[in-house]
Order: sequence, then structure tokens, then C-alpha cells
Amino acid sequence: MVLYNLPFIAAGLLMAFGIAAMLLRRNLIKMIMGLSLVEAGVNLLLVSLGYRAGGIAPIFTNAPRDLMVMPTVQAMTLTNIVIGIATTALLLSFVMVIYRRYGSAEADVVRRLRG
Amino acid sequence: MIVPSLLLQHAPALLLAVPMLGAFATPLLGRLGSGIRNAWAVLAMLCTLLIAVVLATEVLATGTIVYAFGAAAPHLSVPLDSGGIPIRIIFTVDAMSAFMALFASIVGFAVLLYSLKSQSRNSGQDGYYALLLLLTVGILGMVCTGDLFNFFVFLEINSLAGAALVAYRVDKGVAVEAGLKYAVLSTLGGLLVLFAIALLYGQYDALNIAMIASRMQFTLLDKVALVMLVVALAMKAGAVPMHFWTPDAYSMAPSAVTAFLVVASQASLYGIFRVVFSLYGLALDCLTVGWVLIILGVLSMFVGVTMAIPQKDVKRLMAYHAVSQTGYMLLGVGVGVAVLGNQDLLTAYGRIAMEGGIFHIINHAMYKGLLFLTAGAIFYRTGTRNLNKLGGLGHSMKWTMVFFMIGALAIAGIPPFNGFASKLMIYESVFLFNPLLSIIAMVVSILTLASFVKVFHSIFMGPKLPEYADVREVPAPMLIGMGILALFVILFGIFPQQVVDLLITPAAAALIDQGGYIASILGGA
Amino acid sequence: MAAIMTLQTGTGFWNPIIWIIAFVIAFVFAYLIWMLGEKDPKKTGDLIRPYLSGNPEPAKEAVHVPGGNLYWGFTEALQGYYTRVVPLHSGILTDYLLWFLGVMAFVLVLVGVIV
Repeated sequence: MVLYNLPFIAAGLLMAFGIAAMLLRRNLIKMIMGLSLVEAGVNLLLVSLGYRAGGIAPIFTNAPRDLMVMPTVQAMTLTNIVIGIATTALLLSFVMVIYRRYGSAEADVVRRLRG
Repeated sequence: MIVPSLLLQHAPALLLAVPMLGAFATPLLGRLGSGIRNAWAVLAMLCTLLIAVVLATEVLATGTIVYAFGAAAPHLSVPLDSGGIPIRIIFTVDAMSAFMALFASIVGFAVLLYSLKSQSRNSGQDGYYALLLLLTVGILGMVCTGDLFNFFVFLEINSLAGAALVAYRVDKGVAVEAGLKYAVLSTLGGLLVLFAIALLYGQYDALNIAMIASRMQFTLLDKVALVMLVVALAMKAGAVPMHFWTPDAYSMAPSAVTAFLVVASQASLYGIFRVVFSLYGLALDCLTVGWVLIILGVLSMFVGVTMAIPQKDVKRLMAYHAVSQTGYMLLGVGVGVAVLGNQDLLTAYGRIAMEGGIFHIINHAMYKGLLFLTAGAIFYRTGTRNLNKLGGLGHSMKWTMVFFMIGALAIAGIPPFNGFASKLMIYESVFLFNPLLSIIAMVVSILTLASFVKVFHSIFMGPKLPEYADVREVPAPMLIGMGILALFVILFGIFPQQVVDLLITPAAAALIDQGGYIASILGGA
Repeated sequence: MAAIMTLQTGTGFWNPIIWIIAFVIAFVFAYLIWMLGEKDPKKTGDLIRPYLSGNPEPAKEAVHVPGGNLYWGFTEALQGYYTRVVPLHSGILTDYLLWFLGVMAFVLVLVGVIV
């Protein structure tokens, strides 16, 4: 049972680590790394959900007709990976601009907007 | 019918395809010259608006439209050989979706016209128009889709385009700081939404909202998914106490973008309503979820308006008001959710409360958009948003002043403008539910008026200041953009019942009628 | 005409037309009173200068009341509220994330997931 649930536990742990990193680290780059960990955790959860015991991978060249697993979650994961790349790139470029203008990338320094 | 049937048949797909094509072709056409690019962007947005009008007319006339992508015929939502499971990405455009799409594209068009002049002095306009059109895609996609994963994708498009637009005017890095906060929060929110979708998929093997709704068991995992969806979307909509990004992002974005970000937030609000009503429906613990929405709403109303009063930055002040007004929508619809299980109470006041909340969405988009555009007009001419430095502009910017007055009176709920009509519906129906909530709502309205008196006084009143001696009225495209929104504010205020009958009642009925929503996809199963 | 424009609010109603008619009548009265006034007031001289107990008129920027001074009394009276609520808007990204996740945890308790 534990072995069967291992991927879900791993996904949960990854997400927890990511959220912990976002809350405990003050460096913006590290916080974005935490965000990427959360994303990895969600991706792992998605892929784990797609596992079917004894299922046949939907590769058309060598799978028997009509008996393949439907690759919905795999497609979702790929989409989320692409979205994740775009988001991470945007966030990191924001941090670069902030570091250049503020001279710091610490969350408790980057707070000119408040009140 | 003058509309060709092909266009009509594929309207839900075109509603997204047109702005998306517009967005990606904009940087290419930008190489040919800024005039061509601007004309292209206006054309794309105008076509989107026309398609939204066609789609909304069709939906209101014939009922929910289903569009299955890649199917032999768009209305074949369930393939014959799939065993009764809708496997394709399906758009389910019911009256609520049509209503959201319609006003989102109206505001989008007004904002685009306004941007033509207000952004004309900035660099990187190719990207600006592309992102603005992409933001439109995100909003329209969120409100039209009937597929949970598709909803997440459009939510991310919405967040990314929105964050990039917030940071667009770098402004010594401060705008980028606002963009970063918005992007980090909405990405984490988006990931939690995806997590919730994964929980639902793992249990029901489906992504289609109607399909999941028909199989809904309300297990423990469903509860977790519900909380994640509702709280993450409430954060995106800027509900207190998760509103902290709102004043930052709204105040630092270019004003035209801020007016549109309000609509983007409301698309998230739509997401909450869709999740609560269509996805979960009566399976919910209605009273608890209703009260969660009501508490978020009341907190938003009160904290938003009290934080607005001492602000010195005009756009930050208006941003806190946006938070406060979102509270009214949450309150109205929250009351509707709380009495969802009880048919008598629903007819007595629940339905009216929901209609008030939904009516307030469109009214808010119009008057708040108008107010942000006037703030942008003032910034365009004076270069400052600081209320302590502004003054006496009523002498030279008369049209802007008139538009500001219309917007300010509407947001404060002064008749005969549109804010009054929807607030009246909320007050009267919520009073029957719980008098205290209604009284809080009225007090918040009074405080709203008080703080806009302050803004009006400090921007427009007083003697003409020497530093603004050569300030003139803003150029015509900006006035036209504001004029469109002001026209709607007045029209909706004078003909409230017509708007309610035409758009709001069908939208509220579509939300409440979960069975109809499921049947539109699964065919009466 | 008037009937179709009445907004039904369940228990009450609201008719913008009557309000507008009342507004127009009030405007007509105001205009009539204004008509009774001096037709051609002097545009120059002492008549248009403000009278400040015989003191000279200060410069324009000196008499302008900037926005920050309005509602000083209101915020002063609610000091107890504002000193608590304004610092919450700290501008630190970590705090924003904490509030978001905290509310999520709180609602999880409310809905009955975590007992």
C-alpha cells in the first residue's frame, strides 16, 4: 500500500518543500526556486494519476489497436511544464530588473510599495 | 439573419482565435510601422467585440451553446464511441459566460482605444498591444470554457499577460516589484488550482465541468479541491485578506491596463461562481461555503474602503476601492449560495441577491474602468498621481472632470447611475438575509462617497496651480475610450430593469440551474 | 413608459425616471433663482478679489488644501484601527504568501477537512 502511494507521497513532499522554501527564504531567486518545486510536485502528482496497472503506453507504432491508455494527464503535464517555463522565465527576469534597480533581491528590501 | 451561419456556428472558437491571431501578429505588423500596428490591434479587438455580441445574442435567444473542438460537428459534445464521456476540450457558453464575455470585450475595446494615445509616448508598444490582446484571450477563455484544465491554462495566460503588463512601465523598478508580487502569488494560486483539478481528475476520470458535476460525491478530497479552487480564485479576485497584491499591481500598471485588470479579476470571480454553482452545486455544504464568501465579501468591503481613505496616491486609492467593490459581489452571490438549498428563501431573496451581485460585476467593470482611465488621463497630463501635489485641474480638464464625477457618483451608489441600481438590489435582498450585513454595505457606500469627495476636491477643485498652467484636455481617443464607458454607466443607471431582464436574470438562472448545465453537455442524462 | 423602467428589487422598486424628473425640476428652480441675480457683474476691481480681513491675498499655491490634509480627523479618530491594519500591508512578498496560505488553511478547517 505504501509502495503504491509512494509517488503521491513524493509529490506531496515536493510541494511541501517548495512552499516551505517560499515562506522561509527571503531571497527572491530562492523563493522562485521554491515555486518551481511546487510546480514539480504538481506535475509528479498529475503523472502519477495517469498510471494504470497493466496499461499500454499510447505509442501508435507498437501498441495494439483500441487498448491504449488515454494520455490525458501526460498532455496536461506537458502543458504545465511549458507554462512553468514561461512563468519562471518571466519571474527571473523580473528579479533581474529589480536587482539592477534596487541593488538587492531580498524580499524584505523589495518593499517600496506598501501601506 | 445577416450573420453568416459559418461565423455563427464557430463563434465560440473565433472569440478566442481572433484576439490570439491579433496578439501574435501585432509584433510582426509593428515592423511595418506603428500606425498599421495600431489599426491592426483596434481591428482585432473590434472583431472580438462583434463576435462577442453575436455570440451573446445567440446564447440569449437559443440557450447554452456547446462547442467541442475538433469534433465532426461543434455541438457533438459526447463522441459516439467514447462511452458517454466528453473527451474533447469543450466550450460551454451559457448566459453567464456570454454576459461576462460581452462586457469584457466592451471594456477591452474602450481600453484599447484609450491606449492608442495614452501609450503613444512609451517604448515597446508592440509588446504592449500583443499582451493586451493576450490578456483578452485569457479572460474570454476563462469565462467560456467548460473544461477544468482549459480553465487553468487560460488562468495562467491571464496571470502571465497581466503580470507582464503591470511591469510594463518599469518606473525605476517599482512597477516590476508590483509585477513580481502579482506573478508569484498568481502562479502559486494557479498551481494550487491545478492541484485541485488533479484531485478531481483522479477521482472522476474527467476534466469536463459538467461531467465531474454529474459524478460529484463530495468526498474529503472534493472538499480539499473546493477550498483550493475557491481560495485561490478569491485571491486572484483580490478578496481581503488576500488582497495585498491588488493595490500594488493596480497602482503601478498603466491606467488602461488597470482598467482591464479589473475585468481580469472578475474573470476569477466568475471562476468561483462556476466552481460553486456548476461544479459542486447542491452537493455543497451551501451554508458554510456561502458564509465563507459572505465573510470574505464583508471583510473586503470594509477593509478596502477604510484603507482607501488615507491613501495619497490616486490610483492606489482607487485600487483599494476596487477591493471594496469586489466585496459587494461576493456578498450578493454569497447570500445566493447560502440559501441555495432552500427553494423558498432562494425565491424570496436569494435570487435577487445573486442578480444584484452579478449586476454589480458589470457595473463595477464600467465605472471602475472609467475611474482608472480618468486617473490615467490626469497622469498623462501632469505626470503625477500624488494627491498632495495635484489641484485645480477642473479649470483645464473639463471633460475628464465630468467623466470622473460620473464614475465617482456611480461607485458611491448615487442615483441615477448604475452603481445605485445594483447596490439597491443587494441592500434590499441582503437585509432580509441578515440586516447587519446590509447596514455594513450601506456604511461602506457612504465611506466610498467620502473618499471620492476627497479625490475630487484634491484633483479638480481649488485655484489653478501655477505648475499646471499649461495642462490641456487629453486627446480625443482617450476621451472616446472614457466616453464609451461613461455612456454605459449612465445607460445602465437609467434602464436598470431592461439590463437585468436582458442579461442578469438569464445569467443568474444559468448559474443556479446546475441540471441544465450538465444536460447541455451530456444531453439530458 | 414609467412602468417598464421600474427596477424591481424583490421587496421594493426604484424608478430612475422619477428621480431625473425631480432633478430637472430642481435644476429649473435653481436656474430661475440664478436668473434673478445681477446680470452683468463687474469682472475687474475689488469686487472679484477675496476679502481676508484686509490682509493681502496669499499666492494660489499657498491657499490650496492638498488631498493629504483631508480626513485627518477621521484617521486620527480611528487610530487604533489604522495602526493595526496599515502595517499588515507590509509590502513583503513572504507575508502576502503567508496570508494566502493561512486563509486557505483556515477555510479548510471551516469546511471541515481538518478537524
